[in-house]
Amino acid sequence: MSHHNDSAKFLVGVYDDDEVVLKAVTEVKSAGVRIHEVYTPFPIHGLDVALGHPRTRIGIAAFLFGLTGFLTMVSLTYYTMGYDWPMVIGGKDNYAYPAYIPVMFELTVLFTALGMVGTFLVSNGLGPTVKPLMFDLRSTDNKFVMAIDLSKNKQSEVEIASVLRASGAAEVNVKQF
Amino acid sequence: MAHTHSIPSLDEQFEFTAESKRRLTIGIIAGVVLVGIGAYLAAKGGGGHEHVEAAHGAAGHAAHGEAAHAAAGGHHEYKWTTRLWANVWVNSVYFTGAAVIGMFFIAYNYLAQAGWSAVFKRIPEALPAFLPITGVIMLITFFVAGHDLFHWTHEGLYEVGGPEYDPIIAGKKGFLNTPFFVGRMIFYFVAWYALWRIVRKFSLDEDLEGGTEYYEKSIKYSTAFLVVFAVTSSTSAWDLIMSIDTHWFSTMFGWYTLASWHVTGLAIITLVVVSLREKGYLKAVNESHLHDLGKFMFAFSIFWAYVWFAQFMLIYYANLPEETIYYRERFSGYGGIYKAPFFINIFLCFVFPFLVLMTRDAKRTPIILKVACWGILVGHYFDFYTNIMPGTVGEHGGFGPIEFGMILIFACAFIWSVSAQLAKANLIPKNHPMLEESLHHDI
Repeated sequence: MSHHNDSAKFLVGVYDDDEVVLKAVTEVKSAGVRIHEVYTPFPIHGLDVALGHPRTRIGIAAFLFGLTGFLTMVSLTYYTMGYDWPMVIGGKDNYAYPAYIPVMFELTVLFTALGMVGTFLVSNGLGPTVKPLMFDLRSTDNKFVMAIDLSKNKQSEVEIASVLRASGAAEVNVKQF
Repeated sequence: MAHTHSIPSLDEQFEFTAESKRRLTIGIIAGVVLVGIGAYLAAKGGGGHEHVEAAHGAAGHAAHGEAAHAAAGGHHEYKWTTRLWANVWVNSVYFTGAAVIGMFFIAYNYLAQAGWSAVFKRIPEALPAFLPITGVIMLITFFVAGHDLFHWTHEGLYEVGGPEYDPIIAGKKGFLNTPFFVGRMIFYFVAWYALWRIVRKFSLDEDLEGGTEYYEKSIKYSTAFLVVFAVTSSTSAWDLIMSIDTHWFSTMFGWYTLASWHVTGLAIITLVVVSLREKGYLKAVNESHLHDLGKFMFAFSIFWAYVWFAQFMLIYYANLPEETIYYRERFSGYGGIYKAPFFINIFLCFVFPFLVLMTRDAKRTPIILKVACWGILVGHYFDFYTNIMPGTVGEHGGFGPIEFGMILIFACAFIWSVSAQLAKANLIPKNHPMLEESLHHDI
């Protein structure tokens, strides 16, 4: 998430191994430190559970986008073909809905797809003007990075750094945005 | 290896108890009694000749294409036994599909080198043992009642200038003739069953000997099966179902039947897995396996609906009488008796699983999975029912003791066959190379 003030200060723990970082998450949390986020080069099974992220609501968003698309096409076909300018085509009813099911389906898929792209950009803070929080470039390569927001924790910088080291961090860096 | 979750024992021997054998025997006897009662009622009431003539006259307005077609058939008089044989055929087609999909499932999992499904692989593997039974029943049915079920088997249709000559059906003679048809049927069942026996033997030997050699060989034979099934799934759908409505054809029909068979088989696999877990077996099957099985059923219910709709929409939109007659018969023909099964089919095969299985939690909850499985299984029975009954028994169809009894007989026999196969080997393929991956399946 990109909601941060200009003077946000983070402690960044850099780990070498996926198993270590997975265990570290539990250890750091049990030491009472709130973790901002963990960045990994590949998905780690169980990491989301260990971090205690709430269940994603992305499915609900997708459903609502799809429903919007579906209703848009139902209204459009009904308004044009059934209400505003009814026409008899192929001897069928004015509003021969089986013929419009394909476009209803298409618009459902289109709205869902575009809506999810938008949701992805917003929820990951990837808008064109948004400056992304890059804690450590190596998290896209071979390092596992845990970010701690100091303003959200009561403990001192030194205390948290020692917790991170004890949990197996190879480096602990300070990152200011 | 250090794991966060413990893996239960892999030694599980399914026991086909005397109690379940007794129950299945009672089920089969009850089915026979029901069919007997239904047959008695049908023989007593529905076989009258005058009644048939009157009904043909009445149907003339609603579905005149079919009535004219029956009139051209001339000697196509209705016998009450036709309903009996039509029921045998519906159930044979249904359980043939359920059985062969077991092999289909194993085959594409081998070809894809899928890991997740290894732990419950014995369940799909147990299904195809039923193939010889339905194969023999279908061949017998064809020889005994072929003329009642399959209009195209009448010789007179092919005599140029004869009173019953039908140029459309005569044009299909190269494909629809008894020797070729019987040859194809034998080929389907022999090829499917033989390839299953080979892969099954590899699987059982692998349990004893281990190693990756059986896995590699299984991939080869699975690929061979998929090549065979790619063609035979379509052609068997034409032969076993579509040729009943001889005049009509749909290029979607092969895929449509495959979709129907596939989701039926997936529902059976899921139902068996969930039921075995409830009985204390398959402890190594976790929620992620159930989730994936649920996704499979969800996806292929949608696929079935897609193919169903693609077939319907083209016919609806083109509005050609020789094509729309197929839906007219089911929607409003024969006094509307097929309208209910027609809509039950769409509801249970698409709307119901689509809504029930949509959420993640539903797919991880055994009881909801079971409800969805039953919906799909009943729905697809009506799929084959609406495909086969109008063209065979027409206005004499219905849903009574014969239908219930025949389902009971076939279902109990099928469960018997599957249980006997499950009891033959350890429930978990201990030496399957992908087992380790499957045990840790986590999504």
